[in-house]
Amino acid sequence: MNALQFLTWVRGPGLNIAIGIFMLGVLWRLLEIYSLGRRKDLSAPRRTAGASGLHTVFRRSLPAPGMLKYSPVSYTAGYLFHIGLVLIVFLFAPHILLIQNAIGLSWPGLPSRFVDMITVVTMAAMVAVLVDRINKAPKRFLSTFEDWFAWTVTFLPVLTGWLAVQHLLLPYPTMLALHILSVEILLIVLPFTKLFHAFTLFGSRWYNGQVNGHKGVPV
Amino acid sequence: MQGSLIDTLARQGVTRRAFLKYCATLASMMALPPAAGRAMAEAMAAAKRPSVIWLPFQECTGCTESITRSHSPTLEGMIFDMISLDYQETLMAAAGHQAEEALRHAMKENAGKYLLIVDGSIPLGQDGAYSCIGGRSNVDLLKEAAQGAAAVIAVGTCASFGGIPKANPNPTGAVSVSDLVQDKPVVNIPGCPPIPVVMTGVLAHYLTFGSLPELDDKKRPKSFFGETIHDRCYRRPFYDQGKFARTFDDEGARQGWCLFELGCKGPVTHNACATVKWNGGTSWPVESGHGCLGCSEPDFWDGGGFYKALSVPADPLKFVAASSVVGAGVGAAVGFANRASKNAARSAHETTTLADLEK
Repeated sequence: MNALQFLTWVRGPGLNIAIGIFMLGVLWRLLEIYSLGRRKDLSAPRRTAGASGLHTVFRRSLPAPGMLKYSPVSYTAGYLFHIGLVLIVFLFAPHILLIQNAIGLSWPGLPSRFVDMITVVTMAAMVAVLVDRINKAPKRFLSTFEDWFAWTVTFLPVLTGWLAVQHLLLPYPTMLALHILSVEILLIVLPFTKLFHAFTLFGSRWYNGQVNGHKGVPV
Repeated sequence: MQGSLIDTLARQGVTRRAFLKYCATLASMMALPPAAGRAMAEAMAAAKRPSVIWLPFQECTGCTESITRSHSPTLEGMIFDMISLDYQETLMAAAGHQAEEALRHAMKENAGKYLLIVDGSIPLGQDGAYSCIGGRSNVDLLKEAAQGAAAVIAVGTCASFGGIPKANPNPTGAVSVSDLVQDKPVVNIPGCPPIPVVMTGVLAHYLTFGSLPELDDKKRPKSFFGETIHDRCYRRPFYDQGKFARTFDDEGARQGWCLFELGCKGPVTHNACATVKWNGGTSWPVESGHGCLGCSEPDFWDGGGFYKALSVPADPLKFVAASSVVGAGVGAAVGFANRASKNAARSAHETTTLADLEK
């Protein structure tokens, strides 16, 4: 299989399969999670100002008091790479083109040089959170295989995409194909790992906020 | 025509100066040191014209058109006079048995020394019956001719990689020259058609140094196929700035912006179009406003559409409907199973009384 055949496969059948599994997994997990249900809480709600599902969705985006000082890397680098990922995925011209071709929606992108800069910052932030995870004993102790794995499959698409655009390491077609392949791996594992927080994040925050709000505890 | 090349060219009114200029150009194009231009001129001028046999298989004659007609009467065309083209169906005066006789004669006379040029792919289906010359299948002819050849030059994408005959579903079972010829040096000069100067460059290299030029992993001369169209494209700055033509008649297209979004395959295509250009340096596809088709790469017909950007897959949502249904089905089934086990747990629940605890 030569580079172009490899590229043709990953952007043809490979991507079809990956998107198929991704959709299957997302619907499966969402339905499974939301159909679990909870027994009705019969106690009288104790409403306290600032205790509700919506409040928690926002409040959990901010560091808890003292936490920013205690774990600065988690918050700053964490924020940086999440925002970076969103910008790269949705505002890089070739990515928009892909989305437009698939579902017909399109929007203006950022200049590729700017996206390039964001990518470097994103990768640096991701490396920082990884180093932090290794260096801090409690984090290292709590880390399982899934944590390392999730980091890797998230980092690889960014790295290979950047290398492809920069024409580094391997010829462009091969690197582009590796980039698409790494995205396919990410798509396939996303619904079945902790990366599914991309979908469940706000729902679970709302749920926790709702339960605690019922008890009169702002969290 | 006999005698050395310089006499032949002199007879045709080519000056020594023009000839030297041509050799220097060829040498620089092939990234050879400056002295190589002189060596090339000396070697070519003195060269006895080697016998060249040109076998056409499953092809459209576009390669022959490109190499001969478009450059006549420039030097590229004349360089053909430095070789003894003993068999070329399209160009030779002889026909029928006479032509076949010329082929047999050339192969016998120059056994082990002649250059074999092939254009077109070779069909293997139905025992090769899809394409025959003089009652013999292409595969048969190629194997016989390759045996006595010093080297084989596959001209055009069909001969190099199978080309359009090999495109999905490949009804004739077409293969490339290098699929069949493994014991002889093979040079691929892909392109649909290939650039004339690439072919003359390879021939000149062979005449000068007695060897074939340095090849890449697809057996293409590195000097011409070392870089991608994209690397050398004059529209590259627009790509870097994110300025793209989105249709063939929008403002971006008029401004000459990058054609990436219109399906240009420049980033994955290795060829010299961007530097050598076509029709005597007049223009080339991207300059004319059309993206690169990627014609010098294997399987470019099956690359997912000429007008789809490289980042755009052919049909990415093919399985989405089916997989959504399956996903929803699995999710609902698991949901029901969870409910069932919850209900089972509830109904199996036994109320513990004080009396139970005191037992």
